[in-house]
Amino acid sequence: MSVAKRIVIEPVTRVEGHGKVTILLDENKKVVQARLHVVEFRGFERFIQGRPFWEVPVLVQRLCGICPVSHHLAAAKAMDRIVGGENLTPTAEKVRRLMHYGQMYQSHALHFFHLASPDLLFGFGADVAIRNVIGVAGKYPDLAVQAVLMRKYGQEIIKATAGKKIHGTGAIPGGVNKNLSISERDVFLKDVDQHLAWAKSAVTIAKDYTTQNLANLAPFGSFDSNHLSLVRADGAMDLYHGNLRAIDAQGETIFDQVDYQRYVDFIAEEVRDWSYMKFPFIRSIGPEKGWYRVGPLARLNTATFIDTPLAEIERKEFRAVTAGKPNNITMAYHWARMIELLHSIEKIQALLDDKDLQGTELVVKGERREVGIGLIEAPRGTLFHHYKVDRNDLVTQANLIVSTTSNNEPMNRAVAKVAQDHLQGAEITEGLLNHVEVAIRAYDPCLSCATHALGQMPMEMTVLDHHGQILNQKSRG
Amino acid sequence: MKGASKILLYGFGNPGRGDDGLGPALAAAIEELALPNIAVDANYQLTVEDAAEIAGYDAVVFADAATQGPAPFWFSRIDESIIERTSRAIGWTSHSVSPIQVVALARGMFASKVAAYTLGIRGYEFGELDEALSARAMVNLTCAVTFARQALVDRQFEHYLQEFGPPAVGQFAGSSTWKAQP
Repeated sequence: MSVAKRIVIEPVTRVEGHGKVTILLDENKKVVQARLHVVEFRGFERFIQGRPFWEVPVLVQRLCGICPVSHHLAAAKAMDRIVGGENLTPTAEKVRRLMHYGQMYQSHALHFFHLASPDLLFGFGADVAIRNVIGVAGKYPDLAVQAVLMRKYGQEIIKATAGKKIHGTGAIPGGVNKNLSISERDVFLKDVDQHLAWAKSAVTIAKDYTTQNLANLAPFGSFDSNHLSLVRADGAMDLYHGNLRAIDAQGETIFDQVDYQRYVDFIAEEVRDWSYMKFPFIRSIGPEKGWYRVGPLARLNTATFIDTPLAEIERKEFRAVTAGKPNNITMAYHWARMIELLHSIEKIQALLDDKDLQGTELVVKGERREVGIGLIEAPRGTLFHHYKVDRNDLVTQANLIVSTTSNNEPMNRAVAKVAQDHLQGAEITEGLLNHVEVAIRAYDPCLSCATHALGQMPMEMTVLDHHGQILNQKSRG
Repeated sequence: MKGASKILLYGFGNPGRGDDGLGPALAAAIEELALPNIAVDANYQLTVEDAAEIAGYDAVVFADAATQGPAPFWFSRIDESIIERTSRAIGWTSHSVSPIQVVALARGMFASKVAAYTLGIRGYEFGELDEALSARAMVNLTCAVTFARQALVDRQFEHYLQEFGPPAVGQFAGSSTWKAQP
């Protein structure tokens, strides 16, 4: 009988919220399985039931301190359907888009410079005391300041369009509650050229890093997968709205231009006994092979083109690396993310020049419905919000599929791949630990939403045998 | 700090997670008072760009829920020794950063000399989705608001630090929640 050991790493550093990794070793100290355990948020359905539907776009922001805007907008899109107001006025749609691109810009800047760049600049195996944003600030001060200012710019756009940083109220069922004034617009116009230059520079950093290290990065945590995102009717990348498109690892279409009001006909969710998080999959393929990736890498793979010129040039370079086929390299998420960063600031620049932002027609309403589904491409991937509302305007049912849930199986695959390639034996070094973390961080997961409760996240490593008994355990932090 | 012209009160935490919302609740209460020369901000959590925000102030008071430590609240200073010790010892565990790390970034990137303090308000019920503060946390909040109002008006921060005294042996309050000393 083989003797297996489980190595449990908890939590994964620089990932939002809790997460621990269990690696099952056989008697020969070879990796036989890896699992990413998640303390996922639970209880939302109960929390939201009985609340008036118009409160939901504000309430859902409490789900996540990292991407409250994504939840705000996805819920608002769902509630647009409830009030029959999905055909927004030009002002409402453009204000929402500006809010969303501001969110995308600040989130991608934060991830790349704060969470990913320490690994890229100092190396995966560098001392964790140096390999962090303070280390980046010390060695690359100009880059660190630039990153902070990029993040701040996006946050200020959110504040101007959502009303405030916390509990924003900008998007309401059927529209928005404010436009963007000339004076607000001019603040952002003043700096947008600088941000465009910084975004171009960021793409270059990610591209050069990826292409110059391609031999090492290509196999790192990589595997073939399906990819899913919203795309526009003409196939263009659209981060705010569109129809669902899914492709396989070779680029063959699984489905295309699916109205997301029918997503339940195409996407199902599997429950596994070892994880709180569900495992979504494409119904027509089944749970075994129907799992898919979402987020920047998936979006670069599914989009036929990008409708902003600088990002489109970069997309073509990105796709050329894999000869036009889908890019299945996990570490290419970083490059894809920076192309989206550039796309977002191009969109912001174009929107700021659009006089519709100062329009005064903010809300539309139509035929009342009882079901509302809203999807958006959040920074981490496709975000699903699904609600039922009764005749008394109260929410009776809610279902969310957050981006990290869709990337659940891919992250498990990435951990398994890295563990198979880099972890041998029961001894886990800091450098090897970080290889696992680097693979997970590529997905920018948000593993537990919206509470900080400081001091409750010590790093803990536990070694268990196949009976679940602890063989070894240590903590840090 | 007496006479400082620019002071920021920054509350952070998630109002949708019970007592985790103590920081924003205090910020809201202080904002309503409209104290002269006191800026107020709030967010779910601190992030790197907050370094740019606090850099321009003479003093910042971070208000946060404390999961441990004395009730009703604790007031402490983020001094240079804490920054030096914890910026090396604390790993980066999430997208959010601690008050200490925000100050360290403000020092490093913007050469800021902002004086930084933490006001840790004791909470009891965290984690579950709940928009209301617990009854005991409400009591603590009321005390903390009274204190913050007085401290922000008279700006005798160092005097208050002496009143509270140093953290207990083996503990520090640099991140407003007491935790084991690294």
